[in-house]
Amino acid sequence: MKPLWFKVAMATNPGLLVRLGAIGAVLLSVIAAFAHTGGWLSPVRLTQDRMMAAFREANGTQVGFRRNHAKGVCVTGWFEGNGQVAAISKAAVFKPGRVPVVGRFALAGGMPFQPDAPNTVRSMALRFVPPGGEEWRTGMNNIPVFPVNSARGFYEQLLAFSPDPATGKPDPAKIKAFLAAHPEAARALALIKKRQVTSGFANSTFNGLNAFRFVDAAGASTPVRWSVVPAQPVLTAAAEQPEAGDENYLFDDLIGQIAQHPRQWRLIVTIGQAGDPTNDATQSWPEGRQQVDAGTVTIDRASSEDSGACTAINYDPLVLPAGIEPSDDALLSARSAVYARSFALRAEEEDEKPPSAITPKEVQAGGKS
Amino acid sequence: MTTQPRFPAASRLLHWLMAPMIIAMLFIGVGMAASVSRRYDLLVSIHRPLGIAIMVLCVARIVNRLINPPPDLPDTVPSLQRFAAKASHILLYALMLVMPLVGWGMLSAARYPIVLYGAVQLPPILPHDLTLYAWLRDLHSTLAYLLFATFLAHFGAALYHGLIRRDGVFGSMAS
Repeated sequence: MKPLWFKVAMATNPGLLVRLGAIGAVLLSVIAAFAHTGGWLSPVRLTQDRMMAAFREANGTQVGFRRNHAKGVCVTGWFEGNGQVAAISKAAVFKPGRVPVVGRFALAGGMPFQPDAPNTVRSMALRFVPPGGEEWRTGMNNIPVFPVNSARGFYEQLLAFSPDPATGKPDPAKIKAFLAAHPEAARALALIKKRQVTSGFANSTFNGLNAFRFVDAAGASTPVRWSVVPAQPVLTAAAEQPEAGDENYLFDDLIGQIAQHPRQWRLIVTIGQAGDPTNDATQSWPEGRQQVDAGTVTIDRASSEDSGACTAINYDPLVLPAGIEPSDDALLSARSAVYARSFALRAEEEDEKPPSAITPKEVQAGGKS
Repeated sequence: MTTQPRFPAASRLLHWLMAPMIIAMLFIGVGMAASVSRRYDLLVSIHRPLGIAIMVLCVARIVNRLINPPPDLPDTVPSLQRFAAKASHILLYALMLVMPLVGWGMLSAARYPIVLYGAVQLPPILPHDLTLYAWLRDLHSTLAYLLFATFLAHFGAALYHGLIRRDGVFGSMAS
């Protein structure tokens, strides 16, 4: 039933249908633009949802855990700045003095119960919380370069190295195709394979991998990369895991070592020069770049993720204080987006999360499980 | 065409100042929730201060509405449409005010720093709690879709007044 006004209007005004149609077309265009912006109309566009789907394909559904670097422990301690980089960055964290730190050691990969193994990539994430609230968060790995330099590269790497449902192992043909399509990844993976692997977390060097920019009080900007270098003596890893049967031996060693006495790393800032690539995490900078010791990170407590201070933290690499800015590396924005989505998913799943591999009991026992 | 009194100048100014801000906010929001590109960081860094600006302007708008009431709808508008107009305006005002608060609250519950620009940050307004964050994030998305739907209804109704009814209601804000 058409309303009366409509019939009357149609009788007196034949242009009405055209005008109604115009209103409909305008509204539909707005809806289409909205859907396009949300990525619903473009099946090939790489979105956060598609990245999460790739993590599921690679690791299965791991309810309540980080989608990557899923197996980890929380640590706390402090950073003691020495003021040596304060000339190139106005960030409060670099002034001489102590800043509390909440960190996390983890193994790369989305499997929260994978057995520790020497060659699995290790990571250290740090959250510096200076008084006044201008935080700095960073995640670093014990590899010299990152395997890929784009979100698309990361996505394709995830899928290429996913286990084939038939064999339970990655398909060599897919890996070959990925490496052929991504020569930068082939070069980077060769460098990663050649790295020195140490005996544990405590004597690993962790590299920030992406370039950033330090900004001083006058606004001058310097390209930088950073690493934390262990004060502990470096011992090379045994080729095989030393204690057969202890699936958490790397974490247990770390927990035991921290329980004995605090462990320390020096925060080393490498200063880039004009022409050094800042947009490509697969490329290291030339040897001999100036390195400045910014201070010492001391870790004096470990705790399980199930009770620790790092669990409800997203180590978003773009949580930066004034004085540290992102470089032109598109991977930073991609990491920030993907970490945020992983964080939101595990927050939704928190009630269903099973206990972590490293339990509070294991930490209390000093890492002896 | 019937003559219909115009909205007061302050009301028109606030309406046309906020309209592009809110539409931009909806598109930025849906875009940043999908993006893994370089734009993600840029969109997020616009989303936070723009949301707070909308919240502040919305308070100004409510105060203005009390001082400068809007003109009545023409007598020719049927009562059901009057009710729809009233309800959708209440909903629009509520969402303009609540959505930024929910956003601020959800970032607080996640303990993300709430950076407006450079070193200018807002303090957290809720405790650090993952479950609370998940709940507020979900609410923020739901309210965003509701705001988009309400905006479409508002825009559609404006065009209906302007092109079909031609009763001066469109012109009371648009001219």
